[in-house]
Amino acid sequence: MMNRKILGIVFSNMHDNTMGSLTMERTMASIPYGGRYRLIDFTLSSLVNSGIHDVGIIAKNNYQSLMDHLGSGKEWDLSRKNGGLCVLPPYSRSGSGVYKGRLEALSGILHYIKSFKGDYVVMTDCDTVAVVDYQKMLQFHEAKNADITVFYKSKDITKEQRNNTTLLQMDEDGRVRDVLMDTGDKSGNAFLDKILIRKDLLERIVMDAASHNKVSFTREVLQNQKDTLRIFGYEFNGYLADIKSVAAYYHCSMELLNPTVRAELFQPLRPVYTRVRDEVPVKYGIKAVAKNSMIADGCVIQGTVENSIIFRGVKISKGAVVKNSIIMQGAIVGENANLDCVILDRNVILRDGRTLIGCESYPICIEKGAVI
Amino acid sequence: MIFKKEWIAMLLAGGQGSRLHALTRSVAKPAVPYGGKYRIIDFPLSNCVNSGIDTVGVLTQYQPLVLNEYLGSGQPWDLDRVHGGLYVLPPYQKSSNSDWYTGTANAIYQNINFIERYDPEYVVILSGDHIYKMDYAKMLEFHKAKEADCTIAVLEVPKEEASRFGIMATDENDRIYEFAEKPKEPKSNMASMGIYIFSWDKLRQYLIADEENPNSENDFGKNIIPTMLNDGQKLYAYRFEGYWKDVGTIDSLWEANMDLLNKSVPMNLYDDSWKIYARNPVLPPQYMADTACVRDAMISEGCYVAGEVDFSILFAGVTVEKGAVVHDSIVMPGSVIKAGAVVEYSIVAENTVIEENVVIGCRPENMRDNLEGWGVTVIGAGVTVGKNAKIPAKAMIEQDVPEVLGHDE
Repeated sequence: MMNRKILGIVFSNMHDNTMGSLTMERTMASIPYGGRYRLIDFTLSSLVNSGIHDVGIIAKNNYQSLMDHLGSGKEWDLSRKNGGLCVLPPYSRSGSGVYKGRLEALSGILHYIKSFKGDYVVMTDCDTVAVVDYQKMLQFHEAKNADITVFYKSKDITKEQRNNTTLLQMDEDGRVRDVLMDTGDKSGNAFLDKILIRKDLLERIVMDAASHNKVSFTREVLQNQKDTLRIFGYEFNGYLADIKSVAAYYHCSMELLNPTVRAELFQPLRPVYTRVRDEVPVKYGIKAVAKNSMIADGCVIQGTVENSIIFRGVKISKGAVVKNSIIMQGAIVGENANLDCVILDRNVILRDGRTLIGCESYPICIEKGAVI
Repeated sequence: MIFKKEWIAMLLAGGQGSRLHALTRSVAKPAVPYGGKYRIIDFPLSNCVNSGIDTVGVLTQYQPLVLNEYLGSGQPWDLDRVHGGLYVLPPYQKSSNSDWYTGTANAIYQNINFIERYDPEYVVILSGDHIYKMDYAKMLEFHKAKEADCTIAVLEVPKEEASRFGIMATDENDRIYEFAEKPKEPKSNMASMGIYIFSWDKLRQYLIADEENPNSENDFGKNIIPTMLNDGQKLYAYRFEGYWKDVGTIDSLWEANMDLLNKSVPMNLYDDSWKIYARNPVLPPQYMADTACVRDAMISEGCYVAGEVDFSILFAGVTVEKGAVVHDSIVMPGSVIKAGAVVEYSIVAENTVIEENVVIGCRPENMRDNLEGWGVTVIGAGVTVGKNAKIPAKAMIEQDVPEVLGHDE
């Protein structure tokens, strides 16, 4: 019999408000990343590669592009007779509405959680890019006899993340003793919005929250019940991109040009799945120059590309120079155009000869479909 | 209950393609990689789907493992359908007269039951050996307008090459009055492209009659078509204009790949209105290192390039290390070209390892007096070529080549 022990719940909209124009017409989950992926691809691939084949995706707003990307879920091997992928929009039962916090969102899908037959639930957001083995997290959870296991990484916290990060304090055994929100600390054990919990406990918490009008999981459960529940911190030691701002998005994307980062994220036996687009291989022209860059299928490169991430189906015309930039799917960079430290969203057209220069700590971000 | 189909396609994919030697040692010819991410069979399959054919029987026989795995449920070509879809049809055991497919016509004959399930008016017969983009729906319109029994797609070829093909002689209405398979003295330059549309009732009748004839080779070109002509059936030639390439030999396979880098060749894979579909590998985007130097090339997903690539095609997951040089060559999926190796005018098949400082192939202008001895070099799938080895032009390597020990100087 197939092992169906863990249900995956993915929050697709969490932290949307931190991403500027990147989330103007899409969810956090569907932000393009790494040349041919969307952030949710890393989340889903980790779940699937951990043997989790029941995945519910909680959507809130702007989820059309997400639905389009996911389709039936077959590319992640989640188009199943039993279980598989299930997108859970708001209003999934009468009386529910657009939720404010995590607990409210869960209360709207309680029937979905209840119908799952396994014992555990993994909840995750889409703002971290990492290869996570949830089976290992479960082993830790069981060994500690925990009620809840939360995922954290000891790391530096950049300035713009400081009022957006929850820090954990653990005792020697790893049990969470304090949960601190928005401390302003420069480093610490950052909670990364991945939670493993027993299903029956989650159901109880969600029903209790609904009757007491509680909305925040972090505040109401992790913070207020840390002494009554056995909450443990599970430390992640691998590479992790924490994308909670446009600057972080830019910075983490550029880390993909580092071979050790790529080796960690793209492991042959833990592939990252994404939607297939049937693009043609990249075509390089006679005067093309490509250095230290990640380039996805379907591109036509006639100009110069350095230190950049180029998504699928991008055209870099003759004489154009693209440096330190992220060019998303379908964008066209005209002849002799000049880009440095720029994020071009999808289908942007940059006419011949235009110049855009940002700065590494403050990249220019051009919204989807703009013509310059 | 089976839904009636107006037309279905039968794709002959059982050929060995023996003139591709090392490249078809363990795969059938239609499964040979082409164009950076495709296999040859992607072209007729994509043409079918783009033409509105939703039921395709693929007849396999020689080395079907890779092909079967590649085709799977037909999903990459949108051929996993509720009614119809893609079916792989190998020869099978029957209560009597079980046999391998003994000829192209026999292969279709043995699958009459499959075809009858869809009760089609027309059957398209295709082969998995050619690279081209073609709207079969237009050919079907022509077939209907002419009230033909059989329509054969034809292409004008240079007179001097005509004797390599099946050559049609037609009247002013394009009705065929003579067909000659590889004639010594061709009467026209209209060559069969190996694409037929038959009215199924007629084809069925001729397949059964042909099977009863013990002297027949059960071949479309040699038997079915000439017999139909003799009987005065209506056979028409449908003129095709555009790119079409038979990739039956090492040289033609190399050329057909290089055509993709040639702007004047009318083969545009970047045309969204007629996409060629393929099974996509799950690999990250390619990475060009600081030392990469890439010109005039097609490079696919998952490649890592730190060396020099010029006028070449790299398939998915190929590595070209720093200091390695790939010129005028085709490197198939998963192969590794190590530091200092030089690959020129070659086809390097899947999952090979070219060790450091190996030299493979050579430019024709460097052959000095021996230009006849020049040709494309082929390294077979899975081969390891040891350090410092030198593989001459036109060589065909099917087994590992040992390391050549360097001399201290």
